[in-house]
This record gives sequence, C-alpha cells and structure tokens, in this order.
Amino acid sequence: MNALSIRNLKKIYNNGFEALSGIDLEVEPGDFFALLGPNGAGKSTTIGIISSLVNESSGSVSIFGHDLKTERSLAKSCLGLVPQEVNFNQFDTVKSIVFNQAGYYGLPRKLALQRTEHCLKQMDLWDKRDTVSRRLSGGMKRRVMIARAMVHAPKLLILDEPTAGVDIEIRRSMWKMMQEVNQEGTTIILTTHYLEEAESLCRNIAIIDQGRIVENTDMTSLLARLHVDHFVLDLAEPLAQAPIISGYKIERIAAKVLDVAVPKEIGLNFLFSQLSAQNITVVSLKNKSNRLEQLFMNLIDAKPAGNI
Amino acid sequence: MNYSIAFRTIVTKEIFRFIRIWPQTLLPPAITTALYFLIFGKLIGDRIGAINGASYMDYIVPGIILMSVISHSYANVVSSFYSTKFQRNIEELLVAPVPNWIILCGYVSGGIIRGLLVGFVVALISLLFADIVVKDMFIALSIMFLTATLFSLAGFINAVLAESFDDISIIPNFILTPLSYLGGVFYSVKMLPDIWQNISLGNPILYMINAFRYGLIGVTDVDIQLAYIMTVGFILALTLISLFLLYKGIGIKN
Repeated sequence: MNALSIRNLKKIYNNGFEALSGIDLEVEPGDFFALLGPNGAGKSTTIGIISSLVNESSGSVSIFGHDLKTERSLAKSCLGLVPQEVNFNQFDTVKSIVFNQAGYYGLPRKLALQRTEHCLKQMDLWDKRDTVSRRLSGGMKRRVMIARAMVHAPKLLILDEPTAGVDIEIRRSMWKMMQEVNQEGTTIILTTHYLEEAESLCRNIAIIDQGRIVENTDMTSLLARLHVDHFVLDLAEPLAQAPIISGYKIERIAAKVLDVAVPKEIGLNFLFSQLSAQNITVVSLKNKSNRLEQLFMNLIDAKPAGNI
Repeated sequence: MNYSIAFRTIVTKEIFRFIRIWPQTLLPPAITTALYFLIFGKLIGDRIGAINGASYMDYIVPGIILMSVISHSYANVVSSFYSTKFQRNIEELLVAPVPNWIILCGYVSGGIIRGLLVGFVVALISLLFADIVVKDMFIALSIMFLTATLFSLAGFINAVLAESFDDISIIPNFILTPLSYLGGVFYSVKMLPDIWQNISLGNPILYMINAFRYGLIGVTDVDIQLAYIMTVGFILALTLISLFLLYKGIGIKN
C-alpha cells in the first residue's frame, strides 16, 4: 500500500485551461519525495486536489489506501499540508492555531494540548506560543504552518515550497527539521524551486510540466544520467584567459577561478595533467551544485536526459 | 473520527472571536437600542399612544430585540466566514476531515449564540424602559432561536458567495435593514393602506417580528402557525443551499 497513489488525474478549470492531463504518481511509505516543475506546470493543482482544496475533473487519489472520494475522512486523517502561502488567522496566537487544528482532526483536548506542545517544541516555537501570529517573522510563520500540519501526526506530509523566501540559515534549520520528521517515519512530499533542496533531501523525484509527469524516478538514477559534471577550480596564479584543453569546456569566471565542464567519460585526471603541462596550479576544486538544475531545464525543455 | 470535537472547536473559536472584539460586537447594539427605546419609545412613543392595546413602548420592544438578533446573527457569520475565506484559513477546515455539515453547523451556531446574546442584552436594556410580562416564553424563545438560525444561514450564504468586503455589506444595508424596518418593528401593518398591507405580507421578517411580539406581549398582526411554517421553511431551504455550495466548493475552492 503506497502512501500516495494517483491514477489518471485530470483537471480542467472552468475557463477551459487543462492544468492536469491525466497524471499517474506513486509515492512509497517513508519516502522523501520531490515534486518539481516550473510555475504553472500543475504542481499546485495536484497538491490542491490531494488536499481537497481543488475539485478534480476525473481520476482518483488514494492516501495510504484510502480513496479520497469514498473514504474521505480516513484519507484526510492521514494527510498534513504545509501550504505555499501563510493561511492561518493572523490574529490568533501560535498555540491556538495549532491547537484548533488538532480539534478539527478530532483529537481530544488533553491529547491536542500534548501534541501542540510537542510540535511547537519540535519547531522551536514553544517560547512563542502566546504570541499573536502576525508578529512572527516569515521563517517562524512557516514553522507554525509545519507544526500545525503535524499536530495530528499525519502519515503523509506535503510541504509546498516551505522554504520560499526565507534566509539560508532558517532554510538549513528547516531542512534539518524536515529530515527529522521523515526519519520518524512520516512520508514527505516536497515541492520547491530550490533544486539544491530537492537534491539534498529527497530520495525520489517526479517532474511535472504542462500538466504531465515528464520524469518519475529516484534521485540517484536521475543524477546518474548527467554526463557532465561542473567543477570550479581555484588557481594559484591569475590567468589572462581560459586555457584550451580538448574535450573540456573551460570558462574563466575570475582571474584565479575557472569553471570546467568535465565529461564523465574523460574524467579529471587528464584535465589535471593538461593543466600541469601548461604550468597552471590548482589550489582547490569544488563541485557545482547545479546538477539537478541542468537536468530539470533539459526535461522541461523536452530534451532527452541522456543527451545532457 | 469524533466530529463533535471539530464542531466544538469551531463554535469555541467563534465565541472567542466575538467576545474578544466585544466593543465591536456586543456594546454597539446595547447603545443603539437604548437610544431607540429612549427616543422612539419614551419621547415620541408617549405622544403616539397604544397600538393594538399595547403601549407604544411595549409594542416596539419585541421588534427592536428581534431586529438586533437578525442583524447580529447575520453579521457574525458573514464577517467571520468571509474573513476565514479572505485570509484563506478556510483551508484549515477543508484539509481536515471535517464534513461540510459540521462546518455549517459550527459557523451557524456561532451566529446563533451571538444573535441570542445580543438579543438578551437588548432585552435587559428594555427592562429599564418597559415593564413587560412575557405572554408565552416558549413562542418568544423559539422564534428568537429560529430567527437567529435563519439569518445565520443567510449570512453564511452571503459569505460563501462574496468576492469582496463590499459584497458582505450590500445585503445587510440594502435588503436586511429595510426589510426589518418595514417588518413592523415600529408600527402595525394594520395601520397601512390595504395595498401596502398586502405588500408587507410578502416580507418574511414581518412574520418573525409579529410572532415574537405575540410571545412577549400577546399582540400580533399575523397567524403564529404561518410564522413558524415560513421560518422553518426558509431555514430548510437555506440549509440545503448552504450544503450545496459547500459540496460544490463554490466560492471556497479553486
């Protein structure tokens, strides 16, 4: 039984726009799954249908084996949603937002209070429990939404761009929190525009474009299709222009910094020997974290990934 | 799934909401109606004399109480549910396993409670000006409750269909208030020419005000049974419309 099973899901809006053209998707229990796609690709519509915020035109969705149409209450009980935009009452306190959500899921008062405390502590918000939510920072508001989504201990948590617009420090701490939640057994579906985020956190991935799933595989296999790795080399001495070495695409991005596209079939050894031959000393190198970005751009441009 | 907890959560949240802002929700009707009683009932009423055997002050008390119930039960639901839609925290309920009828019952109950609370506040103030011996407590309370229910439902439908804050003020200002004033709050429809009497009989608020007036002081222009039938009929119709809107997601889902 999968955490999420989507069959031939279609959505045509009243204005005739076809947001989803019959997608199929399976997410296994315990997975950390990335759902990526450009703006308007159909991600939000898909999440909206899964979380009952959008009515589907046809097709089916089941969450942990419970069909969203025929076992609506059971299916919804398994799901927690962290939406893209802040959608809680900004005049309520942090604690009441989370506590009320527990009530909507039918948790008895005592258990609701315990779960509220647990989730707020997990999100590092317990000290802010009596603060009116509109006074919180952007990062804290997002954490309130995560705490709210987790208060009923959902088996499936959907995070719709949870780190959008937050600074890198908060983003990293949120990644840690998400990983902890996943390690505790919660299946997570993540949508994000930070591809580095998906690459770091997720084990499996689906890419959606123009209402169709254009890729659905595990992250390792997807990245393995990348035939070229990009490295940044820091040099000991400045160069006036980029060296020319057959088989490599080398770009000078600063006097002492080169960006090198390294085909996997050639590798790095030949590069270093050629640089040595030209008396160029490499002090350090680092892998550029844009691998998924390249694949993503190629996939949504409908180019076969193998040609990357 | 224990739906009673979800229901209690919505109702409690609603009660806290209007109590938290009591200077906007509970105080104004107390002041406004005290002025009505003073100006219309005392100063002008003394010169008007009795209507259908009741003093003018006694005659207007039931209408003013019920008018407050109507406007506040309506206002509570329309403003609360529209704000919930506007801030998108309606999504908290839509995502959760809360059936549509619980959402409806929760918000309508909030409206009923505020409507009745305001009604009792106004009734208490009326005691400063009138000495009313209640004729039939059951009729008075049941009509008050049914009226609060009906206008809470109407407020809910308005909120669901509203697309802007303007939309939630149009019906109270241009339909509800005129119908309340023309529903015999300050006069008996028997005082009107025949044609206006007949037109007034098409106003549902007339029946509720007169039934409530009968419950309080034993005076009415309409048949009490008909008043009950109309009120309950409207409640059933508006309940079905509300549930249909929620089922279809009109105004609340993308």
